[in-house]
Amino acid sequence: MKVLVPIKRVVDYNVKVRVKSDNTDVDLNNLKMSINPFCEIAVEEAIRLKEAGIATEIIAVSIGEKACQEQIRTALALGADRGIHIETDGNSQPLAIAKLLAKIVKEEQPQIVLLGKQSIDGDNNQTGQMLAALTNMPQGTFASMVKVDGDSVQVTREVDGGLVTLQLSLPAVITTDLRLNEPRRASVPNIMKAKRKPIAVKTPEELGVNVSGSLEVLKVDKPATRDAGVMVNSVDELIEKLRTQAKVI
Amino acid sequence: MTILVIAEHNNTSLKSDTHKVVAAAMDIAQYSNANIEVLIAGARCAAAAQQATKLAGISKVLIADHVCYEHQLAENVGLLVADLGKGYSHILTAASTTGKNFLPRVAALLDVAQISDIISVESSDTFQRPFYAGNAIATVKSNDAIKVITVRTSAFDAVDENNDVAMENIDNVQDAGLSSYVSSELTISERPELGSARVIVSGGRGMQNGENFKMLEELADKLGGGVGASRAAVDAGFVPNDMQVGQTGKIVAPELYIAVGISGAIQHLAGMKDSKVIVAINKDPDAPIFQIADFGLEADLFEAIPELISKLS
Ligand SMILES: Cc1cc2nc3c(=O)[nH]c(=O)nc-3n(C[C@H](O)[C@H](O)[C@H](O)COP(=O)(O)OP(=O)(O)OC[C@H]3O[C@@H](n4cnc5c(N)ncnc54)[C@H](O)[C@@H]3O)c2cc1C
Repeated sequence: MKVLVPIKRVVDYNVKVRVKSDNTDVDLNNLKMSINPFCEIAVEEAIRLKEAGIATEIIAVSIGEKACQEQIRTALALGADRGIHIETDGNSQPLAIAKLLAKIVKEEQPQIVLLGKQSIDGDNNQTGQMLAALTNMPQGTFASMVKVDGDSVQVTREVDGGLVTLQLSLPAVITTDLRLNEPRRASVPNIMKAKRKPIAVKTPEELGVNVSGSLEVLKVDKPATRDAGVMVNSVDELIEKLRTQAKVI
Repeated sequence: MTILVIAEHNNTSLKSDTHKVVAAAMDIAQYSNANIEVLIAGARCAAAAQQATKLAGISKVLIADHVCYEHQLAENVGLLVADLGKGYSHILTAASTTGKNFLPRVAALLDVAQISDIISVESSDTFQRPFYAGNAIATVKSNDAIKVITVRTSAFDAVDENNDVAMENIDNVQDAGLSSYVSSELTISERPELGSARVIVSGGRGMQNGENFKMLEELADKLGGGVGASRAAVDAGFVPNDMQVGQTGKIVAPELYIAVGISGAIQHLAGMKDSKVIVAINKDPDAPIFQIADFGLEADLFEAIPELISKLS
């Protein structure tokens, strides 16, 4: 079966972003960019499905500016077979992304679409679910275990109260949580080999998708900062402060 | 204009998230003079619906009671809410793992955007939401006819239960037949849920193992609080996943948050930095958690926590 893995280029998770002084956006100039950590987990899971003899082909797809081909190359070096890049200005909203992916799903007919549950920039947590709705597929979101079994898949989901396991008919959309697996690193020979793997480039126009979104960002602010605190010297002093100054115990 | 709130419940009672989402709906109603209706989708959920009729600020409760809604399967609830939702100006639910699961399906089926995780209402079409792990706050305006929204419940105060509105049965069975429930492993705890706890004591990798979390439980019990954890503590298997606080875990804002053996990575701070008072106990004076703590104690937790427990007795 084919597995489609949509991946996103985002600012590296170790970088603390700052808001631009004109309050129009965050400033991403010269920051380190990486593959979204949840997408990396999705790539890893797809590779494990291939190693287990379940997946036959892994297609990595990314939507955004030309530079996101770097992240497609990373996925190819990790073990994806080929890439698709849908070139946009990089500002598309989740619904538009889901519509573009739905077109790719129609073309490629994957049995499983594996994506990250959220991207660490937008923090929207929407794309997988929207794609599933648009393609009338079931979904297993926030997955911590995936077990393919014939023409269905069992997905264990991390939920607020603990864990829930669902059975989904295939094809299905699965979004990854942090504990699904620990992604591997790409080896140097595989990085070299990835350079020869194909990446097809498409545009939203070719796919017939209008990518203009209905949400307008009016401004972007810094979060409220906390007043500087104090260091206490002992447990006694801590209890005293919590009782008399903060009055929380 | 009418606002539809999708309740969070376990078929027998409402979760407090619902009360907080109604509070957000009331903020919107202020600007638009809208009514607020609450939908309970579930199975044998009359008791939860009965409780919902008491929610302050609402005008009606809708109940869709059918086995296909029992486990809140996103495929089925998504179809139901998209079908009902066409007649509403806003559709709101909690940014819980249930709400995050089904609501984007609703938005896609209605061909509108979803605004995730709002923390404030600026007008009937403009909202604030954090992104980049809470390092930036966007003010977002929606140009859609129907605004589909998840609410960060830690940012709103629960409404009271002092109302008495009518209940209407919704005979609308949407069984997509794509998914089924297999099993669950839910954590059963006597302690308050993290979302509503007044005090939270959280442990990190510094706790070393699950056994040592007993100390934090004891401390939490002294303070009437709940117990949370960092991702590192969950990944290491010390405690279950539902205790994770952070960008990708639970977002909490208790009166008092005590971080024990937690370094203070941005992803953890994203989940707790709106707590009223933050205490950090860490043996590393340079741990970033001290930069946001109101009270920092540089100490070995294995000495400080037992001392704290005994002195609070
Ligand atoms: C995509 C992504 C999402 C993430 N989401 C989350 C999230 O939701 N929540 C989250 O928490 N993390 C999240 N993380 C992980 C985060 O980056 C950190 O790795 C994690 O928070 C670290 O946990 P920690 O502070 O317990 O461990 P560490 O960073 O290892 O810190 C342990 C601390 O314990 C202290 N310590 C050790 N022994 C003692 C002792 N005896 N007495 C006192 N202090 C002691 C040490 O000084 C140290 O400061 C995420 C990461 C990624 C990439």
